[in-house]
Amino acid sequence: MKRSGGEKWTKKHLLGIEDISREEITMILDQAKGFKEVLSRAIPKVPTLRGKTLVNLFCEPSTRTRASFELAAKRLSADTLSITASSSSFLKGESLRDTARNIEAMHTDMIIIRHASPGAAHFLSRCVRSSVINAGDGAHEHPTQALLDMFTIREKLGRVEGLNVSIIGDIAHSRVARSNILALVKLGAKVTVCGPKTMMPLEIEKTGARVTYQLEEALKKADVLNILRIQLERQEKGIFPSTREYIKSFGVNREKLKRYAGKKTVIMHPGPINRGIELSQDVADSEHSVILEQVTNGVAVRMAVMFLLSQIKSVPERAR
Amino acid sequence: MKDAKESRVLSKDDVARILKRMSHEILEKNQGVENLAVIGIKSRGAFLAERIASNIETLEKKKVPVGAIDITLYRDDLTEVAEHPVVHSTEISFDITGMKIILVDDVLYTGRTVRCALSELVDFGRPASIQLAVLVDRGHRELPIRPDYVGKNMPTGRDESIEVRIDDFDGKEEVVLVKNGGDE
Repeated sequence: MKRSGGEKWTKKHLLGIEDISREEITMILDQAKGFKEVLSRAIPKVPTLRGKTLVNLFCEPSTRTRASFELAAKRLSADTLSITASSSSFLKGESLRDTARNIEAMHTDMIIIRHASPGAAHFLSRCVRSSVINAGDGAHEHPTQALLDMFTIREKLGRVEGLNVSIIGDIAHSRVARSNILALVKLGAKVTVCGPKTMMPLEIEKTGARVTYQLEEALKKADVLNILRIQLERQEKGIFPSTREYIKSFGVNREKLKRYAGKKTVIMHPGPINRGIELSQDVADSEHSVILEQVTNGVAVRMAVMFLLSQIKSVPERAR
Repeated sequence: MKDAKESRVLSKDDVARILKRMSHEILEKNQGVENLAVIGIKSRGAFLAERIASNIETLEKKKVPVGAIDITLYRDDLTEVAEHPVVHSTEISFDITGMKIILVDDVLYTGRTVRCALSELVDFGRPASIQLAVLVDRGHRELPIRPDYVGKNMPTGRDESIEVRIDDFDGKEEVVLVKNGGDE
């Protein structure tokens, strides 16, 4: 009866932004709008994934992402199972492959994995029949974070194409930065990355992003600032000399915003925030900030991803 | 659509007259507009719901709340549909609890769409009643569902389909019977 279907979703897994096209990104974002509406209902739950079982396999600490995935699954009426590294057989030395295949033997449909090793989600997708969603693999990718960021930008500014987006912080160690750059470039935004030289990966220009080491340059003309969390534990490794120096050179505060950025600049942060370091207290809670909306949108975007992946019939024979 | 033979069964004027008659019937049966609300099933049912609501307003000089419902997330055949379903938003900006809901769709066929809409509606509240209004009833029910208001009964074969075209959505307005190659 419905003729407005359009393109068909064909991917079984969501492993990274690198693997999906501009059209596929747009499709997820369009679908997410419908799911955001579901979240605003008196009963924010639909029966779409009833009878499906989703596993949250989190081998690295996470609050927000795990809660968001779990809630998204529950809103779609799927059954969820959470496994965290600290309470699982990983500690007994079971391999990722064995853990995943054992869980799957209990007839699961989708596995959401967060792991410290880059490529863990790709690896997993080759040894299980379930759909795999990458919820962060080392410093590689965090595709759903990038998608929710794109959704938030689109919701706030109406589009992504042609916007100036600056990503500020530890670019080299950030999967959020990597997935965001890929998504922004695919959607036609002008990306600037900014941070200390020790936090800038080699050959970053090849991604299509402009590089600057001056915060002022990143703030000028920016429609969106995506400010990354500074992993304080890295300071010990000598990547930046002192927290105070970082705040001075790269911390975003009211004064710097006023001096260099526009009044309508949108500020995003993937969380958790180090208040007073990468982002000052007053800016984090200011009218510029859409940080909490990002969290809300995260659930809608993850619902859209789960919905789309669940439409792909699983391969009958066991993929190796 | 290959080798599909179309024959027009209702013109734009026919559709307008039918919707007027149905609006009268709705008012007659419900004795006015009190607690009445019209909710259309997306996509085309939503446009029909708007028309019925505006007819009612003209007749009774009172506005009735209008909503639109997208049933994609409630379907039981999601993995069987060839084209990828797109999730649209359900737009019901009023509390349906205690209301007399007129549920509107373009074509009533197996009844499965209506079944989905009913499941979804009760997740929004507890209406006093739900009545079903369809522009075309083409038969072949697979569920115990019957319409309260029918624009036109059109007995069809399984190999045929009915296409309702709405001005605002399809660029022209008519109802056609399609033989072979239809994708209803």
